[in-house]
Amino acid sequence: MSETSRAHPEYNYKVVRQFAVMTVIWGIVGMTVGVLIASQLIWPEMNFNTPWLTYSRLRPLHTNAVIFAFGGCALFATSYYVVQRTCQVKLFSDKLASFTFWGWQAVIIAAVISLPLGLTSSKEYAELEWPIDILITLVWVAYAINFFGTLVVRKTSHIYVANWFFGAFILTVAVLHIANSMVVPVSFTKSYSLYAGTVDAMVQWWYGHNAVGFFLTAGFLGMMYYFVPKQAGRPVYSYRLSVVHFWALISLYIWAGPHHLHYTALPDWAQSVGMVMSVILFVPSWGGMINGIMTLSGAWHKLRTDPILRFLIVSLSFYGMSTFEGPMMAIKTVNALSHYTDWTVGHVHSGALGWVAMVSIGSIYHLIPILFGQPKMYSTKLVNVHFWLATIGVVLYIVAMWISGVMQGLMWRAVNTDGTLTYTFIESIEASKPFYFVRFLGGIFVVAGMLIMAYNCYRTIKAPKGSLQAEAQPA
Amino acid sequence: MDQITVNIIWTLAILVIFIAIVLWAYSKRAQKGFEEAANLVFDDDKPSAEANKKRESSNNE
Repeated sequence: MSETSRAHPEYNYKVVRQFAVMTVIWGIVGMTVGVLIASQLIWPEMNFNTPWLTYSRLRPLHTNAVIFAFGGCALFATSYYVVQRTCQVKLFSDKLASFTFWGWQAVIIAAVISLPLGLTSSKEYAELEWPIDILITLVWVAYAINFFGTLVVRKTSHIYVANWFFGAFILTVAVLHIANSMVVPVSFTKSYSLYAGTVDAMVQWWYGHNAVGFFLTAGFLGMMYYFVPKQAGRPVYSYRLSVVHFWALISLYIWAGPHHLHYTALPDWAQSVGMVMSVILFVPSWGGMINGIMTLSGAWHKLRTDPILRFLIVSLSFYGMSTFEGPMMAIKTVNALSHYTDWTVGHVHSGALGWVAMVSIGSIYHLIPILFGQPKMYSTKLVNVHFWLATIGVVLYIVAMWISGVMQGLMWRAVNTDGTLTYTFIESIEASKPFYFVRFLGGIFVVAGMLIMAYNCYRTIKAPKGSLQAEAQPA
Repeated sequence: MDQITVNIIWTLAILVIFIAIVLWAYSKRAQKGFEEAANLVFDDDKPSAEANKKRESSNNE
């Protein structure tokens, strides 16, 4: 593959470059904040007695930074890239593209300032106050116009399946964000939800779970459906399956939210619907995972030499794992044990660090050389080192949280023969302490990998033309 | 029609539409289009875009 055929001057690569670089930077920021708050759970002094650095304020900053800054930039970069390449046409509007980049960065900066100040709507994954919510809406509408506009002016007759997933992600996130952010503002920095009581909780988790389903799943599946076949050098295992995968996933996900509200004031029938829908969701999830992994059938040897492909395939394994774990945890009797424990935290991170982060990292490693006109990454060896750091980090994290979570669940429900609780709450916290340290260690591994990635990307971007030689055997 | 009847009709309609999508996806008729679509991932490497560009620039001269 020659360099000239890769550099398409008629595509808008500028916005892809900007978002790709910011993915790495916000990844480091978000994950470092995660490690800091993980350390606070072991050593409470790590908040340095500063209100702005307390766990309660930094936790939403961590989640917003990794989901919307790191994950969001990765989605913007890859969706803008994939839609141009598979429609063989330049982005609908360069001005809108530029607006989405600077607008999105402004949203992130506003979050970095407002959340440590304690300004929050207190809705999980939707903590940002109403003025920032309005900016998000504007950016998102511009993004939707640009993405769907590009599909409209496409030069190809088909819309590649990755774009269906990206399109569903953009459309649904717009609906979710607007519905869940309906508030009554009382001042510039304070507002109250338009919904009350149980309805508010249900709207919140309809939003919350579909943020997982459409932001963290459909969007990244779009990434998977382009970058796995591309990096493996073979078309997706079954295009038919991908079509069924798409329609099944988007028609089921939207109903799964109530599983976040088991054994609460939510009516029993709604809890049961949420449980059943979550269990069924296992089927399309695994259909998609198998479709991705089987794309490699007949080319498994490439995993030995290509750490980028390894990132992508291992991300699918974690996806399979967490989409098995998720439906299981949504079953009410299992949830009775797992809810409010560290098991939930472990589950989220097996999805977020294992699936979302790894598929993004793999895609960014694929993109960086292409976007900056280089034949390959500065060091494939460092990509490999990053792969192992990330894998070990995730495994340490989730194993620690599984043990800690199941232990907490068992301790909390243990009763003596006279009906009194066997353990006090603080005893369960003491028991969790060693596992919090293992989790912290896992986080260090993950951040170390991200720093290596940043160095590798920097050297790739700054490398003089012709100094990096493509491997003899192109992927 | 009360709310429950509407919900029943809607649920059945979704089921029928989904089954129709599956049948369509696995029909012979869809196969050719799917093969073309699946290969779009690799079409972007073909120099057709450059060829068009060269042709345009030579016309301009």
